[in-house]
Amino acid sequence: MARDYSMLGPDGDRAVASGLVTEDWYRTPLPRKTIKALMKRSDQPAIRDTAMLFGLMILFAGIAITLMPSWWSLPFWLAYGVLYGSAMDSRWHECGHGTAFKTRWMNKVVYQIACFCMIRDPWCWKYSHARHHSDTIIVGRDPEVAIMRPVVVAKMLANLVGIMDVKDGVMRMLVHISGKMLPDEEDYVEPVFYHMTIRTARIWMAIYVLTIFAAIYFASWIPLLLIGLPRLYGCWHMVICGWLQHGGLDDNVLDHRLNSRTVYMNPVSRFIYWNMNYHVEHHMFPLVPYYKLPELHQACRFDFPPPNRSILGAYAEMIPALWKQRKDADYHIRRALPDTATPYHDGPHTLATANPEE
Amino acid sequence: MAVWVDACAAEDIDEEDVIRFDHGSHTFVIVRDHEDNYYCTDGLCTHEDVHLADGLVVEATLECPKHSSVFDMTNGEVETPPACENLHTYPTKVEGGRVFVEI
Repeated sequence: MARDYSMLGPDGDRAVASGLVTEDWYRTPLPRKTIKALMKRSDQPAIRDTAMLFGLMILFAGIAITLMPSWWSLPFWLAYGVLYGSAMDSRWHECGHGTAFKTRWMNKVVYQIACFCMIRDPWCWKYSHARHHSDTIIVGRDPEVAIMRPVVVAKMLANLVGIMDVKDGVMRMLVHISGKMLPDEEDYVEPVFYHMTIRTARIWMAIYVLTIFAAIYFASWIPLLLIGLPRLYGCWHMVICGWLQHGGLDDNVLDHRLNSRTVYMNPVSRFIYWNMNYHVEHHMFPLVPYYKLPELHQACRFDFPPPNRSILGAYAEMIPALWKQRKDADYHIRRALPDTATPYHDGPHTLATANPEE
Repeated sequence: MAVWVDACAAEDIDEEDVIRFDHGSHTFVIVRDHEDNYYCTDGLCTHEDVHLADGLVVEATLECPKHSSVFDMTNGEVETPPACENLHTYPTKVEGGRVFVEI
């Protein structure tokens, strides 16, 4: 069946009518004491990681600027770019949930910086992400579906260097500067925050104009390599990890074990991605901070399908499914549950073609 | 007319924790803060109808388990969006080891 992912299209109405817009999502039954302990926050891990992130950004940028215009500066620009264009995505995410730091103002400060780096308006994306958690991969309701069916390979590849995302971010910023909101934003953002969005866009534009002016004035690429361009040349890690969150899995269901993926990753990727590789766990218990997700993963194992063992292994599972979805948009991966698990909660519908693994 | 309703034993709620309390057709949460004060508010988040009984209590605030809206339990006010509407609060007292709520 063809899908219309727009927020104002018929699939959103269909999702409401068929009972998919509901609080009836499956949650693994964990004792209250366990989940309460897992939700408990402290500042120390996020302060350590944030100091490391900004320290490394200053270090890499400093070395890169020193080595300019030599090509030896290139690896340092690439490293800086990944921290700006990819690590800031996970900081946006975790601080948007308010779970990274125990102290709230710290979450807010890092959130604002990360939003700027990612070109994501703080208010629109707070509400967009709230909707993503309410209606995860419900077609026509979830504004953050990274891989739409059938997959358009050219668009996906273009986003490896941020082209689609940046085009969308800049377009939205220009609309906000003019004092307006987009129709889809009016669907999920509270109107009391419109003026904040408009003010933020104007401040950001002033920063970008100053950056461009500095680049022209000094006849140097450095200002642009520091601000703005890393969102393009450094976002590939975010995109590669992000596709795995839900790609090739089911949609229009009420069980995160069916539509989300947990993947074991190397320590560097987990630092950049702030443990969002534990994605089923995160969606089911969004108040658990990133540094407690490995522990939550252990607590939930009896009830979850086995995780993918590596990024490569996850792609080996996902790519054939995406390929099949080009011909059969209803096709999806359905993984076997352990014997100890509660059966899947498909919700009010069951789609036809699935991986016969179960 | 409002009446005092026996909701639960004071010790049913751990320090900095929350439980669900249903009365009639209405659902509430009862919160115990870090200084052994008890509060009662409506049970559902004002942003979306998520039950707050699964949320996180920090001192005298309660955080929605789904979208992280934070409410001040002393007066029901929103401290952090996405919720924009305050929670309705109900007078609460502890007598003889029981928590009573005026509903």
